[in-house]
Amino acid sequence: MEACPSIKNILLLDSDGKRVAVKYYTDDWPTLAAKLAYEKSVSTKTLKTNARSEAEITMFDSYIVVYKFVQDLHFFVTAGVDENELIIATVLQGFVDAVELLLRNEVDKRTALENLDLILLCLDEIVDGGIILETDASVIAGKVATHSLEGVGSLSEQTISQALATAREHLARSLLR
Amino acid sequence: MAMAEPLVKKDDDRDYEDYSPFLGVEKGAVLQEARVFNDPQLDGRRCLQVITKLLYLLNQGETFTKVEATEVFFAVTKLFQSKDTVLRRMVYLMIKELSPSSDEVIMVTSSLMKDMNSKNDMYRANAIRVLCRIIDDTLLAQMERYLTQAIVDKNPVVASAALVSGIHLLQTNPGIVKRWTKEVQEAVQSRAALVQFHALALNHQIQQNDRLAVNKLVTSLTKGSLRSPLAQCLLIRYTSQVIRESSMHMQTGERPFFDFLEACLRHKAEMVILEAARAIIELSGVTSRELTPAVTVLQLFLSSSKPVLRFAAVRTLNKVAMTHPLVVTNCNIDMESLISDQNRSIATLAITTLLKTGNESSVDRLMKQITNFMSDIADEFKIVVVEAIRSLCLKFPLKYRSLMNFLSNILREEGGFEYKKAIVDSIVILIRDIPEAKENGLFHLCEFIEDCEFTYLSTQILHFLGNEGPKTSDPSKYIRCIYNRLILENATVRASAVSTLAKFGAWIDSLKPRIFVLLRRCLYDSDDEVRDRATLYLNMLGGDALAGENDQDVREFLFGSLDVPLVNLETSLQNYEASEEPFDISTVPKEVKSQPHAEKKAPGKKPTGLGAPATSPTTAVDVYEKLLLSIPEFAGFGKLFKSSAPVELTESETEYAVNVVKHIYDGHVVFQYNCTNTIPEQLLESVTVFVDASEAEEFSEVASKPLRTLHYDSPGQSFVAFEKPEGVPAVGKFSNLLKFIVKEVDPATGEADEEGVEDEYQLEDLEVVAADYMLKVGVSNFKNAWDNMGVDRERVDEYGLGVRESLAEAVSAVINILGMQACEGTDVVPSNARSHTCLLSGVFIGDVKVLARISFGIDGPKQVAMKLAVRSEDQSISDTIHEIVANG
Repeated sequence: MEACPSIKNILLLDSDGKRVAVKYYTDDWPTLAAKLAYEKSVSTKTLKTNARSEAEITMFDSYIVVYKFVQDLHFFVTAGVDENELIIATVLQGFVDAVELLLRNEVDKRTALENLDLILLCLDEIVDGGIILETDASVIAGKVATHSLEGVGSLSEQTISQALATAREHLARSLLR
Repeated sequence: MAMAEPLVKKDDDRDYEDYSPFLGVEKGAVLQEARVFNDPQLDGRRCLQVITKLLYLLNQGETFTKVEATEVFFAVTKLFQSKDTVLRRMVYLMIKELSPSSDEVIMVTSSLMKDMNSKNDMYRANAIRVLCRIIDDTLLAQMERYLTQAIVDKNPVVASAALVSGIHLLQTNPGIVKRWTKEVQEAVQSRAALVQFHALALNHQIQQNDRLAVNKLVTSLTKGSLRSPLAQCLLIRYTSQVIRESSMHMQTGERPFFDFLEACLRHKAEMVILEAARAIIELSGVTSRELTPAVTVLQLFLSSSKPVLRFAAVRTLNKVAMTHPLVVTNCNIDMESLISDQNRSIATLAITTLLKTGNESSVDRLMKQITNFMSDIADEFKIVVVEAIRSLCLKFPLKYRSLMNFLSNILREEGGFEYKKAIVDSIVILIRDIPEAKENGLFHLCEFIEDCEFTYLSTQILHFLGNEGPKTSDPSKYIRCIYNRLILENATVRASAVSTLAKFGAWIDSLKPRIFVLLRRCLYDSDDEVRDRATLYLNMLGGDALAGENDQDVREFLFGSLDVPLVNLETSLQNYEASEEPFDISTVPKEVKSQPHAEKKAPGKKPTGLGAPATSPTTAVDVYEKLLLSIPEFAGFGKLFKSSAPVELTESETEYAVNVVKHIYDGHVVFQYNCTNTIPEQLLESVTVFVDASEAEEFSEVASKPLRTLHYDSPGQSFVAFEKPEGVPAVGKFSNLLKFIVKEVDPATGEADEEGVEDEYQLEDLEVVAADYMLKVGVSNFKNAWDNMGVDRERVDEYGLGVRESLAEAVSAVINILGMQACEGTDVVPSNARSHTCLLSGVFIGDVKVLARISFGIDGPKQVAMKLAVRSEDQSISDTIHEIVANG
């Protein structure tokens, strides 16, 4: 067993196994083709399972994969075969809950893609180079959605539609805090 | 018609389903759009959209050319002017994704350094993470001060960012990171859970080679309480490491820190409980009493509503069942309900665990449950089940009938090659080990090849059938099945079938005429290999065989195994030049080239994985031989029989490191002491080893060759030679005292003092044991070699070995005492085995070939008994081997 728990990848796929956002932390899958093949096999192997109310787990190719499905989004976290399953599950739970918070409970592929910036930042705040950075969903979401008072310049410089959009965003994000 | 309307509706539907804000996003266009980053008046929203598109492309696997990447990188650096926080965070992500070159890094360093000193903690934390990812050594040295400050920053996000970056930097820049120990240890005391976790991880990685420091850390932390469950898991791992290392030093007494592990089983976080249970289970030599509390908590997990928890528990218990099946039997009821678990991984693990813990009476019930379950799991799980059933059958041979039926049933069902191979292998093993199962098993295999799509399996089964079929009560019933292969199958299978038929004909005279009829038909086969084989067999087995060749010789020629290594045969054939003289196979050298490797290997290791390290010992043997020949005193000792592996006579890290190599001759033994002086301020002269052989009566010292000078760190050799009775495996114990003159050396000039002082240094004792007189030489086919040696030169006796830790331990102990080579992998004892047969081969001093066949058995209270049968070219040697065992 490795001295420090480590994560090999985090995947967010749609129900067809297509990428929404992925992050790999090791060289276990050196090429794009290898990564896509892995995603494909993870997706097909788990497709028929019911991972909606509780996270599910499977083991193959000497990896442990913990996963959960919400609507048409499939969340996966992969680690080495000797890793403590409950640590991996904690990381997955942090990811799923943080995404739920960030997308204001509208967890589906379309909303996720529309807010891809938030999803990518969320991934960045959970694991850094394979090492678990944070597992508490509210802390993760808080770090992603932090909006300082500095803002995007003054209102006078913006067109009306820009200003409205900015205001909407401010409102939405302030609800999260 | 009305076609138009539904079509539109359909389009709408698809539009909604496939809608993506990135529909039609294309690299070239986005790279164009990225020009907005250069606008003097930045449009924050637009920039955010474009940078998200860029990251989307990268995330989908798109790659940028070098030029494109540089262009994007420079454009992105412009965005540092914007004050939008989300945009800034996306810039950080982009820089990490692009992994810029060192001259590009310089462009962003100052911006990132500025962010590191920002008032915004999120800027600081992320700037640290980005910078540590991209900077080189010199820059790191410049910002070291900031990082050490960040480690103890009161904001946990900043501290964690610095610590995690430290963990990554330790791989590339250990020198710098190791200087941060003080701050890291301060962070271990942090009140923020994750900071504690990261600090503990970094601290351990810095100290991991310092056993004392780790020990100290564990001792202090196990007394306190860590806040973070993750940190607690780390502490458990470090504690196991300390336990592992300390158990090597303390032979007896309580296991240190066990109380801590046990207390962790009552922790409120499930991940800590699991980690502690795993740690206890993996303790070396764990007892049933130590296991019980861990198994109890895992049993509770088995009925959890969370699949992950059930999986973790059943997987861990499965491991326990391999070594301590009895401890797990309490969980059997919970386990049985898991067979119907929705999650097939959990169900498979539950089944294989039950197969290990089940008793004889529950086998039938279990098999019924498994049959229902097999149809809906994947091949890879099925293989696991098949393997578990195989070992169950070996454990309860009386149940072979229902288990064999199960195997044959699943053999008939659909399945891939690996799965079918696992089943066939299992049946073959059962046939070998359970004589009653033979006819039944062969019948199932025959049935299988009637409809088998895998050529490899068909040929394997035909070969096996040829060996086993003729020995059954009614061999003729297999002929039809084999002959069907000749009609129906491809050339490879047909050729195998010909050989199998011939084997039946060779061993059973009554079948010979009928088989000849079948073989003659093969002479018209379309494939030349099939025709060749048929011709050969017909000629050799036919009545008109050459005079002087009896059936035994013919069979040996046709079906005997090749007793020369294929590599040697290949070389000989390549060197052979076509001439009048036919190629003579007896001129091919029989010794295996890798024999010196096997010889030098540590005892008890499997003869596999001979990689790079194996080449050096080979040369070592040659070096020894040359070295010894160059010493006139030893030149008359004759041929060197064997050189042992070096035996350490000092602890590591002492002033003088000495090891010894035992060189065995027919009538002499030479000890080669390899000495190393590890003190730079000393020069040793006239180094001799004074050997006290009072406990080795048959040995008398004949020569000693001192080492004139021994400089710091340049090893030298001193020799002592003994005479012993010719050809006798004399044993004895020798105590060694290193004597020398020590001179002070001025480290500055390297010059030694004129005057020296006599000194001595006690070394550990050395033993010459029986195994030193045995060369590990394997045989390719043990059964043939054994049969050739003949029963008349066999010596059999039985021995009780008393209470042993395990069967495997007893087997390896006996192999070590004899110093022989285990053949056919019989040194590996399957876990849970109650009996085991070990095949050994070797060459004893005087170049006498020795074979041994040892049957071990173990009963409940771990009493081990063995039956040793020895055959050798010299009967007295067989007796000697028995004496060795009796005394050992």
